[in-house]
Amino acid sequence: MTLVKVKVDEAVVGQIFREEYGRSVATLIRAFGDIDFAEDVVQEAFAVALDRWTSDGLPPNPGAWITTTARNRAIDRLRRAARGRELERDAGSFDQTDDESQETGPVLDDRLRLIFTCCHPALSTEAQIALTLRLLGGLTTADVASAFFVPEATMAKRLVRAKHKIKAARIPYRVPTDAEMVDRLGTVLAVLYLIYNAGSAGPAGADLRQEAIRLTRIIASLMPDEPEITGLLALLLLSESRQAARFDVDGSLIRLADQDRAQWDRALIDEGHALLRACLRRDHPGPYQLQAAINAVHSDARSIEATDWPQIVGLYDHLLEVSPTPVVALNRAIAVGEVRGPAAALALVDHLELDGYYLLHATRADLLCRLARTDDAAHAYALAAGLAPSTAERSFLEARLAEMQASGSPQQRRR
Amino acid sequence: MAKYLLSVHTVEGEVAEPMTEAQMKQTSEQLGKIEEQMKSTGAWFFSGRLHDPDTATVVRSSQGVSVTTDGPFVEAKEHVAGFYIVEAPDLDAALGWASKVTACVGKPIEVRPFSGTAY
Repeated sequence: MTLVKVKVDEAVVGQIFREEYGRSVATLIRAFGDIDFAEDVVQEAFAVALDRWTSDGLPPNPGAWITTTARNRAIDRLRRAARGRELERDAGSFDQTDDESQETGPVLDDRLRLIFTCCHPALSTEAQIALTLRLLGGLTTADVASAFFVPEATMAKRLVRAKHKIKAARIPYRVPTDAEMVDRLGTVLAVLYLIYNAGSAGPAGADLRQEAIRLTRIIASLMPDEPEITGLLALLLLSESRQAARFDVDGSLIRLADQDRAQWDRALIDEGHALLRACLRRDHPGPYQLQAAINAVHSDARSIEATDWPQIVGLYDHLLEVSPTPVVALNRAIAVGEVRGPAAALALVDHLELDGYYLLHATRADLLCRLARTDDAAHAYALAAGLAPSTAERSFLEARLAEMQASGSPQQRRR
Repeated sequence: MAKYLLSVHTVEGEVAEPMTEAQMKQTSEQLGKIEEQMKSTGAWFFSGRLHDPDTATVVRSSQGVSVTTDGPFVEAKEHVAGFYIVEAPDLDAALGWASKVTACVGKPIEVRPFSGTAY
């Protein structure tokens, strides 16, 4: 066998770490039934790898090398330490009936077990997100903490508590049965989407967005028969395709109507469309497939005016049926505004109970502005800016307000 | 196997539609069936229904002396009306029993693992 000599440095090992960490940890958790123990030995294996690979070059299958090394370390530790017997006895928070000697090729990828454990409904949403990023994504506690703007100590405590609950309450390490699958999968998809959205408030969230896409790709490849996972992947890729066009050089937000569509990433759009066609063929459209379809219609249009708004309204009607939330109703109202005008949209928006949601007020402001009700619009912009979750969104709204007041007259038709 | 406490909570003053005799009979029959099922699968360890919290008495030790006072320990709107202790292989199995009981009694159930397994 000829080995390709690759120059191995910390960056290469870091790349492999991101790709293989989750898989190795998932396998070691199944083998030894303990999350902390699995994380420890996998991290040790990577430390050994950094040392050895930089001098000897990459092994043919780095992921398997890490898993084997981690497993050997684990067995050494258990044999060596007097604590071994104790750990072996206590470790049984997870089922250990699987054959441990099997290194590769288990029927089921352990990462699938791991994501369902991380996203178990008995854990809080914050804990689900943190565990998923830490255990499957291999992000450090500090990285997860800074992504969610909490102190590292807070995030560390959150992870410790969540892992303790998994152990103490015996949250199982397995893929749910068919009967539970719809609900449980819904939680997994929601967590992945939340991770993506947490990264989409500004250009700095690229790592979170990429991680969400990477994990969704893995889950989609492991569960090819679930169209909603493919739908979510399509939705993420189509959203990502617009990312470069969503922010100005100074980091401020650019509306869909004003985005330079030449900056949209055609490769991502094409992949998103292909995935969407594949899952829609199953004729089982759920909320993620429908949201992806709405995004696909946008990505087909050369401009905001050339958008097939009636089709978008139709998709929102469908989405509202499967997911009757006020936020969906708000987005539907915006689309209705494009077909039947701002007055029709405003009538719909004013019925919604979403007072604490900044986009409700931002939408009202835009509609009022288009109806030449400048004072009401100014009031709504101020409300929206006060509620906006990020600086980028707040300064965008303040700029819109200033723009409207400076022009002194009602805006042109704008969204 | 681990043991879980399934505590059935009620909210004081939150009286649902008063149950008719027939409904009450039906509920207790259904509950009886669930308990039979728990026993036949080896999940049942203990269960009981409690009197209202105004029948509770609190004992505490203060400087070596036991002090007895009237009333529940925490004055709260919610209180435990009854409980089950079940043995289950994992949380999902315990949640499965809790789902059956809550569907029958219409009250929320808190599922909490016992620490340690030896008793």
